[in-house]
Amino acid sequence: MTTQDPIYKTDALIAEDIDAYLEAHQHKTMLRFITCGSVDDGKSTLIGRLLYDSKMIFEDQLAALESDSKRSGTQGEEIDFALLVDGLAAEREQGITIDVAYRFFATEKRKFIVADTPGHEQYTRNMVTGASTADLAVILIDARKGVLTQTRRHSYLVKLLGIRHVVLAVNKMDLVGYEQETFERIVADYRAFAESIGIEEFTPIPISGFKGDNITGPSANTAWYQGPALLPLLEEVEVEDTRDQAGPFRMQVQWVNRPNLDFRGFAGMIASGQLRPGDAVRVLPSGKTSTVARIVSLDGDKDLAVAGESVTITLADEIDCSRGQVIVASQSPLEVADQFESTIIWMDENELVPGRAYWLKVGTQTVSATVAEPKYEVNVNTQEHLASKTLDLNAIGVANITTDREIPFAPYAENRDLGGFILIDKITNHTVAAGLLHFALRRAQNVHWQATDIGREHHASMKHQKPAVLWLTGLSGSGKSTIANIVEKKLARMNRHTFLLDGDNVRHGLNKDLGFTEADRVENIRRVGEVAKLMTDAGLIVITAFISPFRSERDMVRGMMQPGEFVEVFVDTPLEVAESRDVKGLYAKARSGQLKNFTGIDSPYEHPEAPELRIDTTEMTPEEAADLIIARLIP
Amino acid sequence: MDTKTLTHLQRLEAESIHILREVVAEAENPVMLYSVGKDSAVMLHLAKKAFYPSPPPFPLLHVDTTWKFQDMYKLRDKAAKDAGMELLVYQNPEAKERGINPFDHGGLHTDMWKTEGLKQALDKYGFDVAFGGARRDEEKSRAKERVFSFRSANHRWDPKNQRPELWRLYNARKTKGESVRVFPISNWTELDIWQYIHLENIEIVPLYFSQPRPTVERDGLLLMVDDARFPLKDGEEPVMRSIRFRTLGCYPLTGAVESEAQTLPEVIQEMLLTTTSERQGRAIDHDQAASMEKKKQEGYF
Repeated sequence: MTTQDPIYKTDALIAEDIDAYLEAHQHKTMLRFITCGSVDDGKSTLIGRLLYDSKMIFEDQLAALESDSKRSGTQGEEIDFALLVDGLAAEREQGITIDVAYRFFATEKRKFIVADTPGHEQYTRNMVTGASTADLAVILIDARKGVLTQTRRHSYLVKLLGIRHVVLAVNKMDLVGYEQETFERIVADYRAFAESIGIEEFTPIPISGFKGDNITGPSANTAWYQGPALLPLLEEVEVEDTRDQAGPFRMQVQWVNRPNLDFRGFAGMIASGQLRPGDAVRVLPSGKTSTVARIVSLDGDKDLAVAGESVTITLADEIDCSRGQVIVASQSPLEVADQFESTIIWMDENELVPGRAYWLKVGTQTVSATVAEPKYEVNVNTQEHLASKTLDLNAIGVANITTDREIPFAPYAENRDLGGFILIDKITNHTVAAGLLHFALRRAQNVHWQATDIGREHHASMKHQKPAVLWLTGLSGSGKSTIANIVEKKLARMNRHTFLLDGDNVRHGLNKDLGFTEADRVENIRRVGEVAKLMTDAGLIVITAFISPFRSERDMVRGMMQPGEFVEVFVDTPLEVAESRDVKGLYAKARSGQLKNFTGIDSPYEHPEAPELRIDTTEMTPEEAADLIIARLIP
Repeated sequence: MDTKTLTHLQRLEAESIHILREVVAEAENPVMLYSVGKDSAVMLHLAKKAFYPSPPPFPLLHVDTTWKFQDMYKLRDKAAKDAGMELLVYQNPEAKERGINPFDHGGLHTDMWKTEGLKQALDKYGFDVAFGGARRDEEKSRAKERVFSFRSANHRWDPKNQRPELWRLYNARKTKGESVRVFPISNWTELDIWQYIHLENIEIVPLYFSQPRPTVERDGLLLMVDDARFPLKDGEEPVMRSIRFRTLGCYPLTGAVESEAQTLPEVIQEMLLTTTSERQGRAIDHDQAASMEKKKQEGYF
C-alpha cells in the first residue's frame, strides 16, 4: 500500500486519562459539509480516505474492505476507499452513488457530517438536498480534466443554496506529476468563473484522495503549495452558529405544550438570535406582544438560549399563539406577505402545473400555495435564462408564488429556516419541489381588501336562501349539462335565485384564451371557482357543469367557499357508456387522434374520493338525478 | 454581542428534539419503538427533554422476542414508569405458539418475532408513525436512509421512492395505508451516544458494564447463559468470564466481549481503543454486505 500513515492518530489521552479526553471532546463543535464532483472525480475515494485517516474504520471493516477491493474494486491490489462509502447494492454494481448518503467522522476538534451526493446527470435534486444543510462545500476537480461543465453546475448550486465556504479540491494531482502549473491554471480558470456567479472567496487545495496528499497535513509532493491541507481547514472554518446568533430573535412555533391549565409553553427551534427571560417579543402574523417569562428545560430554567437550540418558552401574557406562528424580537418584526418571488427546484417526475394548489411548508407552517408560470428557467450548466411554461424533474426556475394566507418570512439569503420551503403534491403527498423565498411582491402589500357595507349575508337574506355551489363533475358526455339544466329549472320554479355556469359556454368568453393542456385546465377551473365564489357572495345558488378532471382543483375550489357551501356531485357514467352516447362526436375525434388531451382517452379523470353526492346515470334518469341533488340542497 | 458556541452534542440534541416534536405535531397516532438498548435509552431521554414538563405524548412499544436478557426486561419496565409513559409489549402469537427460538430456528427467529411482530403490532394499534433508534453510521445502507422513512401499506421500504429532506423541513404527509418510520438520532455516532449517556447520566442496562457472568463460546461468539432455556451441548460447561456487551439483542444471538470496563468512561475508553465495529457482536449481521438492505426492504427495522 502506498498510502501515508494517518497523522490523526488515536489520541494518547484515551489510554492515559479518559476523563480528560471526554472533557475535551465534549467541547467539540460540528461542521456539516458536502462534496460535489463528477462520476470519476474521486469523491467517494476522498470521503473513504477521510474516514480512514481519522480512524473511523475498524479492523473488521478494513478486512471486509480489503476483500471487497479484490472482488469488485477498481484499484487493482490497492484498497479501494470508494467501496467504504458506496452503499446500496444496485449502485455498487454500477459503481455510481445514486442518492444522498451521510457519513460521519471526527477529529479532536470537530465532528463532521458529510453529505455525499452523486455526480451524474440526475443529480440536481440530490445535490440540492445535501447542500441545504451544509456549512461548507468541497468542489472536486480532476486535475487531468480541469474546470468542466459539471464543475460550473455544482458551483452554481452551491451559490444558489447559500453555502458560504467553498473549497476547490484539485484531485488526482498524483496523475499529473504534482505539477504546480497545472494546479495554477485550473485555479485561475475556476476563479474567473466563480466571480461571474458571485462566489467571492474559495480555498484551492491540490490533493490526491487516493494517495493521501494534503489531506491531513502538508505533502512533500507539493512543496510549492503553502496553503492548508484539507482536514485542518475543515477543523478551523467558522460554522453558521455565530452568524445566526448575531441576527434578531426568531422562533417558529412548532408545538404548544399544555400539560395542565397553568402551563402554556411554546416549543420550537430558534432560527436566529438569542433569547433571555424578560425579552420583549411579538407573535406574527397576529402582531400581539408580550415578554418572555421562562426558558423551561428538564434540567431547570435557563437564562439564555441561542440560534440552533430547541427550546420551550413561556410568555408573561396569555396571548394566542399556535404552530406555524413565529415569535420574534418585538423591535424587529418580520415581513408578512402572501405573494413572493421565489426560486424553485423541481424534484418530481410529474412536472409543475402552474396554477395548481400545492402544500407549501416553510418552517413549521403549512399553507396552500399556487405557482405562476415561471418567469424563466435557468440552464444549470450555462446559467442562461430560458423561457419555460413549466418546470420538470431537476429544473430550476424563478416564479411568483401566492399563498392562501399571509405568512411571516425572511429572504432565504438572510435565513434558511424562514426562507426555505418545500412544495408537496396534495394528492400523492410527495415532496415535489424545494424553493427559496426572495422577496414579497409589492402587489400583495399594496392591494388591500375593501370592506363593503352590504355583505354576503345581506345579499343572501334578501333572496331568502342560502348560497351554495352545486359542482357537477364527470366525463364528457356523462350528462352533467343535462342534469344541471333540469336542476336549475326546478329551482327556478321554487323561486330560488340561481346561475348555471356551463363548461362549454364559459370557454366562449371568460376562458376563450385557454386550451386543454393540464395547466390550462387548472386555470379554467380556478377562474370558474373565483366566479362561483363572487356569485355566492351575491347570494346565488351556483350550478356548474365542468369535467374538472383533477382532484386538486376541485379541492381548491372547495377551499375557496365557506364551509358547507360546496356540494361536489359526481356524475358517474362509465367511459364505455359516455363514449357510446358521444352526443358531440368528440370521443370519435379523440379516438382518431384529431383531438388531443381528451379526458378519459389520453388525459386522466381523477374520481372524487368522497363526493357529497354520487349520481349513477346508468341507474337513474336525469329527472331523478336532479331531484336527488335538490333534496341534498333543500332537505 | 456574546455568542455561545454550541457543541456537537448540543446540536445533535437540538436536531433530535426538533424531529420528535415535528412528528408529534403532525402525526395522528405515533409510538416509540423501545428496544431497551443504549440507543433507545438516548432516544427516550431526548423525548423527555422535548416535551418537558409534559410526559412524551405517545406510548413506548417493545416488540418482544421473549429471548431478551433478564436485565433488559427489568430496565424496560422501570424506564417506562420513570418517564410516565404507557408501555406496550407485543409478542407475535404465532411465534409464541410455534415456540420459535434462536437455537432451533435460525433466521426464522428474527423474521417472525421481530420483522413480523413489528408489522403486527403497528397494524394492531394503528400507529401511523413509529420512532426508531437507528443511526446512519451503523451500516452502509443506513447512510442513505431518510429521517422520515416511508413504508407501503404492507410495510415495505422502497429505496427508490423516498422523499428528499431539505433543511429542517420534513414532509410527514401520508397517503392512506402508508406508515412512517422516523429516526430522530440518525446523525449520532456510537461515540456520540456514549458521550451523551455519560454527560446526561442516562440509566442503561448493567450488561453494558463488565462483570463476571456465565458464558459459553460458540462459533466464535461469546454467549451468556442468561437463563435455563440455554441448551448446553454435551460436555459444555458455562465458564465465568468478565464480560460486557457493546450491543444488546436476544441473548442467544448477542456476542459479548471480555472486558474489565466497569464504568462509563472505561467503556468509552475501551470502545475508542478497540478495533472492531459494534455490529460485529450481532450474529444477524454476519451475512453479505447487502443483507441489511434486503432485511429493510422486507420490513425489518
